[in-house]
Amino acid sequence: MSAATAPVRRTAGPGGGPAGRRSARAAERAEGWRRRAPLLPALVFTLAVTQLPFLATVVYSLRSWNLLRPDSQDWVGPANYIAVFTDSQFLGAALNTIAVTASCVVVSMLLGIGLALLLDRKFVGRGVVRTLIITPFLILPVATALLWKHIMLEPVFGLVNFVLSPFGAGDVDWASQYPVLSVVVALVWQWTPFMMLLVLAGLQSQGGDVLEAGQVDGASKWQMFLWITLPHLRRYIELGVLLGSIYVVNTFDTIYMLTQGGPGTASSNLPFYIYQRTFLGFDIGQSAAMGVVVVAGTIVVATLALRLIFRTFMNAQEAK
Amino acid sequence: MRTTLRTARTAAVMAAAGALLAGCAGAGAVAANGGDVRLVIAIVSNPQMQDAISLESRFREENPGIEVDFVSLPENEARAKITTSVATGGGEFDAVMISNYETRQWAEYGWLEHLQPYIDASEGYDDEDFIPSIREDLSHQGDMYSVPFYGESSFLTYREDLFEEAGVEMPENPTWEEVAALAEELDGVEPGVSGICMRGLAGWGEMLSPFNSMLNTFGGRWYDEDWNAELDSPEFRRTAEFYVDLVREHGQPGAANSGFGDCLNRYAQGRAAMFYDSTSMVSTIEDEEAGTVAGRNGYAPAPVAESDYGGWLYTWSLGIPATSEHKEEAWRFLEWMTDKDYIRLVADEYGWQRVPPGNRLSTFEEPEYQEAAGAYADAMLDGIERADPADPGLRPVPYQGVGFLAIPEFQDLGTRVSQQLSAAVAGQISVEEALAQSQEYAQTVGDTYKEDDR
Amino acid sequence: MTAHAPERPAAGGASPTAPAPGRAPRRRRTGAGGTALTVLTWAIGLAFVSPALWLLLTAFKEENQAATDPPTLLFQPTLDRFSAVLGADFLPYLGNSLTATLVSTLLVLLLGLPAAYALSVDPVKRTQDVLFFFISTKMLPVVAVVVPIYVAAAELSLLDNVWTLVVLYTAMNLPIAVWMLRSFFLEVPVAIVEAARVEGAGLLRILWSVMLPIMAPGIAATALICMIFSWNEFFFAVNLTASQAATAPVFLTGFITSEGLFVAQLSAAAVMASLPIVVVGWIAQRQLVRGLSMGAVK
Repeated sequence: MSAATAPVRRTAGPGGGPAGRRSARAAERAEGWRRRAPLLPALVFTLAVTQLPFLATVVYSLRSWNLLRPDSQDWVGPANYIAVFTDSQFLGAALNTIAVTASCVVVSMLLGIGLALLLDRKFVGRGVVRTLIITPFLILPVATALLWKHIMLEPVFGLVNFVLSPFGAGDVDWASQYPVLSVVVALVWQWTPFMMLLVLAGLQSQGGDVLEAGQVDGASKWQMFLWITLPHLRRYIELGVLLGSIYVVNTFDTIYMLTQGGPGTASSNLPFYIYQRTFLGFDIGQSAAMGVVVVAGTIVVATLALRLIFRTFMNAQEAK
Repeated sequence: MRTTLRTARTAAVMAAAGALLAGCAGAGAVAANGGDVRLVIAIVSNPQMQDAISLESRFREENPGIEVDFVSLPENEARAKITTSVATGGGEFDAVMISNYETRQWAEYGWLEHLQPYIDASEGYDDEDFIPSIREDLSHQGDMYSVPFYGESSFLTYREDLFEEAGVEMPENPTWEEVAALAEELDGVEPGVSGICMRGLAGWGEMLSPFNSMLNTFGGRWYDEDWNAELDSPEFRRTAEFYVDLVREHGQPGAANSGFGDCLNRYAQGRAAMFYDSTSMVSTIEDEEAGTVAGRNGYAPAPVAESDYGGWLYTWSLGIPATSEHKEEAWRFLEWMTDKDYIRLVADEYGWQRVPPGNRLSTFEEPEYQEAAGAYADAMLDGIERADPADPGLRPVPYQGVGFLAIPEFQDLGTRVSQQLSAAVAGQISVEEALAQSQEYAQTVGDTYKEDDR
Repeated sequence: MTAHAPERPAAGGASPTAPAPGRAPRRRRTGAGGTALTVLTWAIGLAFVSPALWLLLTAFKEENQAATDPPTLLFQPTLDRFSAVLGADFLPYLGNSLTATLVSTLLVLLLGLPAAYALSVDPVKRTQDVLFFFISTKMLPVVAVVVPIYVAAAELSLLDNVWTLVVLYTAMNLPIAVWMLRSFFLEVPVAIVEAARVEGAGLLRILWSVMLPIMAPGIAATALICMIFSWNEFFFAVNLTASQAATAPVFLTGFITSEGLFVAQLSAAAVMASLPIVVVGWIAQRQLVRGLSMGAVK
């Protein structure tokens, strides 16, 4: 904590007394505004573009607006929320969301760690392999979903069935019979490179000296991995899990293109279900209520998770 | 340091390239040359529409000063976009592709431009030439509010060569029982060929069209006259079980994800022995470029059960949203795309097989059309003419519509019910469960009608 | 809340001003063990990316070779699918994507750098709360707010307009950018800043000549992430645009027809629509890894 960058908090004002204290407080306030100034543009912009529409959504959720019945705008209070909580399909979509997010994040993180470990050494063509591996993350998610739907998982001509045919798989209709699995596979394929990059960054930010010290101390490779590398990676893994979860929870493109939430509503997640209520049912009131419920739920879960991770984050940084 | 410079340089180069391209795109995207009018038309990406897009340069020749931009999407997505835009007055489109489902309701709300004055002012347009059942279904208080691009009913097509191979014959007026038996015979008659292909994709405009047509001829209905939902009635149950079993046992693989387009492809590529679906299929399956089965198809009227009519009535039509700022020009495009000359244009360019079918009576009277379409023309016209939206099934109903229910809630209700049925087709739930859940949905909607006493 | 402790290489004790040596390869393997591992890595890498390679391959096929059982491996490649894509008026979509991506990324950096500064080097009082607020906006499912945004855009005649997308993408990426940039600010060694200050440099000069050059890989990494997410964004693009402002992902959906076979065509369109960002990602991947691992690179 160097004094040069640390802002001065208490002005050593000229003597005490009310005049001195007032000018001290004024200086403090000016100081505060000076600090806030760079933050304000971003903050105001974000507030305007995200919170105003959200407020509108809350207002819509208290009314019964159906787009196709223009005369249906009445205030109905909590009626939409009651309908949401008694809708079994909403619960199903929520469970799907959790299942898809959890499995995708866990699997892609494990794969990412594995790939990063493999890539964390010099070998012939290392750059090429790394370049190839990050490609799935760069391809349009829409293109990825279509690739899996029409080329990989297609019942009759799909590559997956072809590759699995020596093992006895027939013309499996993946998208109909195992819709959630199909969605998770496509998502894992897309997100593993992201996780790999983060872990690779973590591995490469390890000081060579620590590992040398470990080797000198006679630790085995496995011990070094467990006690030195893994704790160091923890911060990167947590970041990956956090960011990955945020994005995968809101997945829309993949489900829209791959299964359309089907068959039935078997692979529908919350964003997709809300989309259907909005653009198929045109029941704006209900879909707005669902949106509000989802936001509330996510914030609750995230607050708990973030405070935990935040704590780890802060500790990790302070400790260094 | 070097890396920083290199990064900066790469970034600068990319930014410059991007700005250049963006500039070009921007210049291009802004208003059409000079004082031209730019029309934005939202359409559904079906084969006949693709032909219209290809022929758009002809329209521009005849109408200098009007440029046309198409927004083409698959059916479900197109509906979502078009309905949202029109219902909220978004104003992105000068013409939209809708159907006999939306036209009446939207005309009532004042969302669509009243087209009769334009029609009457256009010489030679002849709106009386439209098949009466279709013209009726697109009119509100006797005046047209959208004009049909093509109309369809449903019928059954089958591969005459495969039938010969299996040694079976298609009766002249088949019943559903007979069709199921035939499907069993023909399933796997050649490797990779399924007995029949029928839609299983969820969507009120996808799976529910053939399903409802089957329901009507089985004697079922969605509501009785007092708006009590009848999705758990014996007739409805029988229809659902029959449909689901037929598709699961002798239908195509991946049925639950097969919509009109998928089945069309499948049959056109020779991977199904029979295909029950829209009469508009002929434009593709009789086209030698599009598939391998041209000229080998027989046609039978839509199978029946208790009643003597088993088809549906549907039409893709074009309307002008009330928010459009170029109504005059939009009408000229509508006129071009739906008048007699357009039919002739498509016939000259692509052949009579590809003309928009089931639309104008005059088409059926053309000798060249009769020759090219001899196999199916009668069945098609018959199916369309005999459809009666006001009285679709065997018993009286409080709603209109043969393949759908012309109530605003049907988009939602139909989608949810079709999702249940599609899940049953996929084997995820039983027909019992699907119907139980569907009955609940339907009754909720029915209740609102009971209250309002509509 | 004062500036955080600077990042240091773990337990090394190396002086903060001396640049850390390039990391020596951890294992110097020779012989069969190393080669085997290399081969394994190559095999796994290729297997993992094989769907993308197959997509690329399919783009060069004829339609009737694209969907066959068993899959066609040997064939005469053709560029017909690609020219068909270009013929379907692909370039304006590309231009829209470029505009939306580049401008929004620029805006994100312009807004995000000062904000990140104010949350790290010279922090405001409630940094944690502000950070949490930013991240919480990413938890909002966009589907929930699309109707108010659509209605507002309709009122302001901003539908089918690329600038609407620019604004939305900026808001979409700002939280992540602020988080990332903040962590890069935190990793600038205080001693260097101090040294510059001692030499009499003002705040702006410190920022421009001292901090930003050190953070350059991190900024590049942030920009790259923003560009990837903007380019790939689909939901707003498909709902808020029609014909003028539609972007590359929307182009792809309009390409799915229900007539005949389309897999080869679709592959070509997918390849072309993804190509710009894939190439940028390939070029900049080292920046990305570097940026993310800033702790060791001083």
